[in-house]
Amino acid sequence: MSQQQSQSSGAALPPPVLEMQDVTKTYMVKRGIFSPKQPLRAVNGVTLTVRKGEVLGLVGESGCGKSTLAKMLLGLETPTAGEILIDGIPAHLGDRIAISRRIQPIFQDPYSSLNPRKTIGSIISLPLRVHKVGDPSSWRKSVEEILDIVGLPRRVYESYPNQLSGGQRQRVAIARALIMRPEVVICDEPTSALDVSVQSQILNLLMDLREELGLTYVLISHNLAVVEHIATKVAVMYLGRIVEETGTENLFERSRHPYTRALLDSVLTPEPGLGVPDSNLGIAFPNPISPPSGCTFHPRCVKAMAQCSQIVPRPLTDELGHVECHLYDPETRDNTAAA
Amino acid sequence: MTIAIDDKGARPGLPSANQITGPTPGQQLRKRIFGHYGLLIGAGILGLIFLMALSAPFLAPHDPYAQSLLARVKPPVWLGGSWENMLGTDVLGRDYLSRLMYGAQISLLIGFAAAFISGVIGTAMGVAAGYFGGKVDLVVTFLITVRLSMPVVLVALAVVALVGGSLEVVIAVLGLLLWDRYAVVMRSATMQIRQMDYVASARAVGCSTSRILLTEIMPNIVNNLIVVATLEMAHAILLEAALSFLGMGVQPPLPSWGLMVAEGKDYILFEPWLITIPGVALFMMVLAINLMGDGIRDVTAPENRN
Amino acid sequence: MSAVLEITGLKVDIPVSAGDLHAVRGIDLSVGKGETLCIVGESGCGKSLTSLSIMGLLPSRARVSADMMNFTGRPLLSMSETELSDIRGDRMAMIFQEPMTSLNPSYSIGNQLMEPLIRHRNASKDEARKRAIYLLEKVGITAAESRLNQFPHQLSGGLRQRVMIAMALMCDPELIIADEPTTALDVTIQAQILHLLAELRREFNSALILITHDLGVVARVADKVAVMYAGRIVETGRVEEVFNNPLHPYTQGLINCIPIPGKTARGSRLGSIPGIVPTLIGETQGCSFRNRCAYAGPACEIDDPVVELAPGRSYRCVLPEDQLKRQGDETIGKTGSLEAASA
Repeated sequence: MSQQQSQSSGAALPPPVLEMQDVTKTYMVKRGIFSPKQPLRAVNGVTLTVRKGEVLGLVGESGCGKSTLAKMLLGLETPTAGEILIDGIPAHLGDRIAISRRIQPIFQDPYSSLNPRKTIGSIISLPLRVHKVGDPSSWRKSVEEILDIVGLPRRVYESYPNQLSGGQRQRVAIARALIMRPEVVICDEPTSALDVSVQSQILNLLMDLREELGLTYVLISHNLAVVEHIATKVAVMYLGRIVEETGTENLFERSRHPYTRALLDSVLTPEPGLGVPDSNLGIAFPNPISPPSGCTFHPRCVKAMAQCSQIVPRPLTDELGHVECHLYDPETRDNTAAA
Repeated sequence: MTIAIDDKGARPGLPSANQITGPTPGQQLRKRIFGHYGLLIGAGILGLIFLMALSAPFLAPHDPYAQSLLARVKPPVWLGGSWENMLGTDVLGRDYLSRLMYGAQISLLIGFAAAFISGVIGTAMGVAAGYFGGKVDLVVTFLITVRLSMPVVLVALAVVALVGGSLEVVIAVLGLLLWDRYAVVMRSATMQIRQMDYVASARAVGCSTSRILLTEIMPNIVNNLIVVATLEMAHAILLEAALSFLGMGVQPPLPSWGLMVAEGKDYILFEPWLITIPGVALFMMVLAINLMGDGIRDVTAPENRN
Repeated sequence: MSAVLEITGLKVDIPVSAGDLHAVRGIDLSVGKGETLCIVGESGCGKSLTSLSIMGLLPSRARVSADMMNFTGRPLLSMSETELSDIRGDRMAMIFQEPMTSLNPSYSIGNQLMEPLIRHRNASKDEARKRAIYLLEKVGITAAESRLNQFPHQLSGGLRQRVMIAMALMCDPELIIADEPTTALDVTIQAQILHLLAELRREFNSALILITHDLGVVARVADKVAVMYAGRIVETGRVEEVFNNPLHPYTQGLINCIPIPGKTARGSRLGSIPGIVPTLIGETQGCSFRNRCAYAGPACEIDDPVVELAPGRSYRCVLPEDQLKRQGDETIGKTGSLEAASA
């Protein structure tokens, strides 16, 4: 398995396939029957670039906006502001059908992602039929090819989802995503609904497919161990913002944002004797309707300083990646003394 | 049922990696249907009534409209009548069995037609509200509320009184009034299915909305539709009987069961069988339909997830 | 250390249309005061049914039998429903996976916290209230007094699970059974809740049975581990023994499946266990893991004997210990992900 392309290497970088520029999604939510609607910024100014062949791991707690971002990438939601470029073409200008050929999803729960009333063959061939690729006789052949690729026996063609195990269903979902040979696959927690022994099979399959088919993944997960294993770069999301983005090789040794550290500390590896770490995050996940002032992470941050509650940290980009934290901003860091 | 496939290296008695276990949905359904007595009994009774209605032109012993003033109110055979008129004759001397058989046609016709019309209206509204949500949902919910605040029998009576009663009018009035339950049930069923990832996946593939509604949503809510349809059919049949009983439904001399009950009511003390026979027939039909509806709901309950 | 709970030969059979589902097929467990026993296994292995059968919460059509099932020396199986419900929530408490559904939405937190104490211990409302506040503070909930009047839907998932833990501790039980207590939570909250559980267990000295599918949780929390597969305990021992020196091929396979950040080579293939779990309907003979096991031979079709290495350390396999150890080491060599466990 090839290691990730190092971003800092002098070689020409592969072309970007997905670019997000200041993408924002605001929902208007009602908190009570009589109170007026209030804006909830699920995704708040996300700028990210995914290059061909990369695996972008998107991590964060539930409610941080990672699933909303994925929905926008898939065209299931439209951004309130900002722009998503696919192969350099703005998504809202592109043809919906053309985009869906390039980007396909794999969902978390293989029990809800397959229509129980359809046969596996009809589920996997749906993209072919919608896009009118080939003719009915070639569909079966294409489906059988993709079944071979994802490691399912061809005879599942006539079966129904309820006849398959969770791992087999997830393979069907992968086959459906890949049958149009997309460039980008958005994997939303692809293994968290599966048993441990099946999880590793699916992860292995995803890694193999990436190499064989030259795929680009956006891997959404709350499990940093999984992300660390297969992603080439990691974006950490907190309350709709990307607070840190860095190559996976830096994640363990050189990640900077205190939130990233807390997430890393919370990973429970099967190593006895280490005890349960205390991530010191406090117990309250802030209300996304009225996020904390300044750095939105400051109420839970162990390293919070006086300026953190007042000044919104600037995005900083250097050779290690991107981080939004006063600790690394030479202009605002020095206020520490005042704290 | 267990189909072993690609059994290379499998050891006997235990499943291998590529085995498909469990029955297909069709097999599962068949097994559940034949294990559900209520459904079977209901289907059996309804089937008999259906046969009776269809075969009325060939099997009915007499013309249901032929009056015979000499043979009025002849009792059925077990009350001392003759085999000539097995269920006796009514106050105009018409053969009761023949009228009952032709009456089944009318009841079933009204049941099916009204359930179908209201089904089309209610399903369209419910699915639209459930799938699109937002303003569409607000409008549909409002319409449902309006409809629910109208007393069906009174509105039907008023309409019939205005335009005059006939079979067509009864069907139209009931069809246009009984869609509320369809709309409510279809709306919530659609909302539930809409949340499923396979719908999101179909959208991500680029399916058109109509395709998603037809191939992803409908097959998964059609069982709810059938259940409501049976209940509404029974409802429509009973309402027709009520309207006809009040003289505002199907008009004589058509042999509607409700009309037969109405015609027999004056004799309830002297010849109680006149009202009992169509009453029991009506009761059996509605019971059978309801048994079937309950049965269908039971056997099509969402597949057990492991 | 006297055992709080001691079970031998526990069986749970559930009649289904195709025959009897032998969900739990003769397992032995014991957990002592202040000890944490983790039952780990994949879905369908019978771990949750085991916990429900201990609490006496299985549906009546399930048949539970055991050679011995003693809770603080009293046989659980011969107790009446009344006796059992006196024990449940008092001497024995349970924490479920989904805190939203295990708290009643129409009663306040305080009401639900105080109920067991008032019911089981005839405590006065005032005493119960004091203890509820004390415990809410113990589980790290601030402004405990005002929380008492809140309703479950006003709390986040993590807070609700803390309330569940406080509720379990109300009567100072001898045994707490937690069934996947952190599966529905974020990793950050999971770490906090487990940290809390471990601390409280030390402080209150209760026995804790933790049921989970997550080997990471097991490694960090358990004193003793029982690995379950297809209704049987295939390997058991102290946590370091099982993780540093896994013997059963299933345990080895499971540990091999998990990437360890910083230790497993990034992007390398993870170990996996091919195949699927066999059905437990009807009689099964031999080792039920043999269809997924790389080392299976003809002997596996006949029996899967329990090999006891030391008191409380055993595995179920026909192969001898040294061979299993060697095979385990080979698997380690292949993927390198076991280094961590033995480090």
